Amino acid sequence: MVRFIEVNKKFGKLQVLDNVSIDVEEGIRTAILGPNGSGKTTLIKTLLGMVIPDSGEVLFKGESVLGKYKYRREIVYMPQIALFPQNLTVKELLDLIPKLRMQPAKYDGLIERFGVNEFMHKKMNALSGGMRQKVNLVLAFMFDVPLIILDEPTNGLDPVAVLELKKLLREEEEKGRTIIFTSHIMDFVQQMADRIVFLLEGVVKFKGTVEEILQETDSTSLEEAVASLILKSQKVHNYA
Amino acid sequence: MLLYFVMTLSSHSKTIEVCSDCEVRSIKQAVDLADSGDTIMIQEGRYQESNIILKVPRVVLIGKGKVIIDANKENQAIIVFRAPNVVIKNIVIKNVPFSSTEELAAINILYSSRYTIENVVIDSTFFGILIEQSDSGVIRGCTISSGSSIDVYEATIGNGIHLWKSNYALIENNDITNMRDGIYFEFVSNSVIRGNYSYGNKRYGLHFMFSNDDVYENNRFEGNGAGVAVMFSKNISMHSNVFSNNWGMNSYGLLLKEIYDSEIKHNVFVHNTTAIHIEGSTRIIYEENDLIENGWAVNFIGGSYDNFFYHNNFMGNTFDVAYFGRVNNNRFEENYWNKYTGYDLDRDGFGDVPYRPVDLFTYMVNEIPETIVLLRSFFVQILNFAEQVVPVLTPADIYDPKPLMQKWKWSDS
Amino acid sequence: MLKIIGYVIKDLLRNRWTLFYFLFYLLVGFAILIFSGDFSKSMVSFLQIILILTPLIGTLFGVMYYYNSRDFIELLLAQPIRRRDVFIGQWLGVSISLGTSLVLGLGIPFLWYFAQYEVAGDQFVLLLLLGFALGTIFTGLSMAVSVSTDNKIRGFGYALVLWLLMAVVYDGFLLLALIAFRDYPLEKFALIATMFNPIDLARITILLKLDISALMGYTGAVFREFLGSTLGMITASFVLMLWVLLPFALITFIAKKRDF
Repeated sequence: MVRFIEVNKKFGKLQVLDNVSIDVEEGIRTAILGPNGSGKTTLIKTLLGMVIPDSGEVLFKGESVLGKYKYRREIVYMPQIALFPQNLTVKELLDLIPKLRMQPAKYDGLIERFGVNEFMHKKMNALSGGMRQKVNLVLAFMFDVPLIILDEPTNGLDPVAVLELKKLLREEEEKGRTIIFTSHIMDFVQQMADRIVFLLEGVVKFKGTVEEILQETDSTSLEEAVASLILKSQKVHNYA
Repeated sequence: MLLYFVMTLSSHSKTIEVCSDCEVRSIKQAVDLADSGDTIMIQEGRYQESNIILKVPRVVLIGKGKVIIDANKENQAIIVFRAPNVVIKNIVIKNVPFSSTEELAAINILYSSRYTIENVVIDSTFFGILIEQSDSGVIRGCTISSGSSIDVYEATIGNGIHLWKSNYALIENNDITNMRDGIYFEFVSNSVIRGNYSYGNKRYGLHFMFSNDDVYENNRFEGNGAGVAVMFSKNISMHSNVFSNNWGMNSYGLLLKEIYDSEIKHNVFVHNTTAIHIEGSTRIIYEENDLIENGWAVNFIGGSYDNFFYHNNFMGNTFDVAYFGRVNNNRFEENYWNKYTGYDLDRDGFGDVPYRPVDLFTYMVNEIPETIVLLRSFFVQILNFAEQVVPVLTPADIYDPKPLMQKWKWSDS
Repeated sequence: MLKIIGYVIKDLLRNRWTLFYFLFYLLVGFAILIFSGDFSKSMVSFLQIILILTPLIGTLFGVMYYYNSRDFIELLLAQPIRRRDVFIGQWLGVSISLGTSLVLGLGIPFLWYFAQYEVAGDQFVLLLLLGFALGTIFTGLSMAVSVSTDNKIRGFGYALVLWLLMAVVYDGFLLLALIAFRDYPLEKFALIATMFNPIDLARITILLKLDISALMGYTGAVFREFLGSTLGMITASFVLMLWVLLPFALITFIAKKRDF
């Protein structure tokens, strides 16, 4: 569904994406892992057309996304930091985005699931981080689109909400949706991801299933596997 | 003796009627038949005649109904020659030709005093009414036009009312347009020009030369090529006239050149490129005039002495005063300047600091005309303000020590 | 794009910024008309407001609004909306809000005055239109500056410098140039130079109404032809329109290459 082909991006001198090539298959959940600053968000933004690659191509359904915007009708993006106009109420925001996207949205069930209905008429700037993240999730799941991108969806969520999110993700996959997400919580990734892409300093260090990464690194948990990948690359650096 | 004289007058005077089926069919014929004191009554109709010469005094030439004398581009229409006390009334004169050698007029009066020309409409003519060496006449209620409003060369059009060496005239309530000069005076003294409307003339609405002791009042001069010019004259009273919309680089509401001992009062100058242009003029009082939205309200060119501006209203002019040359005791006092920004803390009706009507930008524009594109620019305003505080380039002695805080209300008359 | 414009206008109304701006103009409008004594004096004051203040406020608003809604812009960019529309929509939304505040804020006092005295309405209407155009141009230019840098302080600085250049410094240099090259024919140069500054252009346009009496006193043939006919008015309005297109092109161009 999504293909990144030899994508390069520099911010100043910093190589944020270094020859990144990934295929994201349709109908499964792909997790993008990596420490802070490894290029996860930048990679997602190249797909959304917010960051323009220096070279390489990003294909969505076989077509380059460069300079286009209509393809985004089929993608919903949940950013890491809630990027909302602060003086809108939750309800106004939930009504505004469908208008801007010119797409219908259903949020009645979602606001109940995440308890957002309790603060529908509060302004965004009066909400706590966790509440905002819940609004963020409602926004991400309220459209009927084939690709959902979630940047750190568990940030600030209470355990009940995380459970609800996991349930929701499974349901969405059953509906045939493709999901790309990033997360720091390895436990969450291990449970939710069908595929893993591991980025380090803009370079793809691993792509494959959870089982494959465990095998390759000879680890028992994803946390361990990731740690060993990071250490390995540091050694390479040290030798060099 | 006197009684006898009056009786002979009344008994001898007769009325000659002119019409297409009358005994007398042409005006020329009637004029030949007329004796002193006779009345020529012209009936309604069109008369294709020119060069009608009146030589007998005290003849009254009067139209009844719509009488048109069509000179057919042949010659002057009516000439009065050495015939005093002639009256010409209620006629229309048309088609007097252009000549490059003679000043051909619809009505030409020579050596004939006490003439009266009333309610005459002159259309399509070279000169309108031409008076030469004839005193004490009246021209009243006439309408004069060259008939061509298009932009023709100035020299092919003559003056509307042209007086030469003719004193004690009264020019009243005439409408003059599309002529070279609307009203032209040369060597005409002790005369009154009143209530005329002179507009759209190619050169001056009113043009004075070598004419002393004259009064002109309640006239309107509008949209004339060069405005109004008063030159080489003394003792002129200019009262209650309106000078408006005289636009162009050499166009003036009122051009004063070599004028002495005159008074300019209760006039309105509005939308002129230069409202009053003063050149070599001395001892002139400007009192209670309104100068509104002109390019330059007052423009002093050298050689003028003792001009005094008192109780005038300067409002919305692009430049209030342009001044070149020495101060020469020309003064401004107690005028209202709407550009004045000072305060009146002691509440005596006068601003606490003097007003300097010549600003730096006026000076700049005179030096480098192209700087006009910076007119009303914020940067220029800053410069002007600095110059107001510390005059460097502008004449420091031209100022109004007591600028009025409120618009001045004219006194009666 | 219309939805974005609509959203921005609503947002500004909610922020009360537009209201504040409107009240400011209302106050200034009444103050000028009441205290300046006669209308031609008021017009001169209004002219300075339109030429100096309106561009300044447009500049400040453009920068402020852009940086304040950076987050929202990112949200918009992730939606199926053309990139250009996001930014142009923001610009037009802010411009329309500011312009409406200006027109109402000064227009209401003028109507009040107009009902009592006989004054030239066309000059005032032209003034408001020019104010609207200048506000729009400067909001756009300052947004273009903002889009090109993420540094808020720098963005503010650049935008203000741009305003200062156009509003004051430009005329200073123009005057210097005219003085320095006074021995050469400068008519065309002077006219063309005003075309490169929207504030000068607006000023010339209003001069053609306000000071035509003085402008008609001009000797130069080019001036006479330009200023004395409708040609001047048409040319000036046309070039001013081009100036409105400049921020459009700049914003589109800069936004196209930027990463968010």
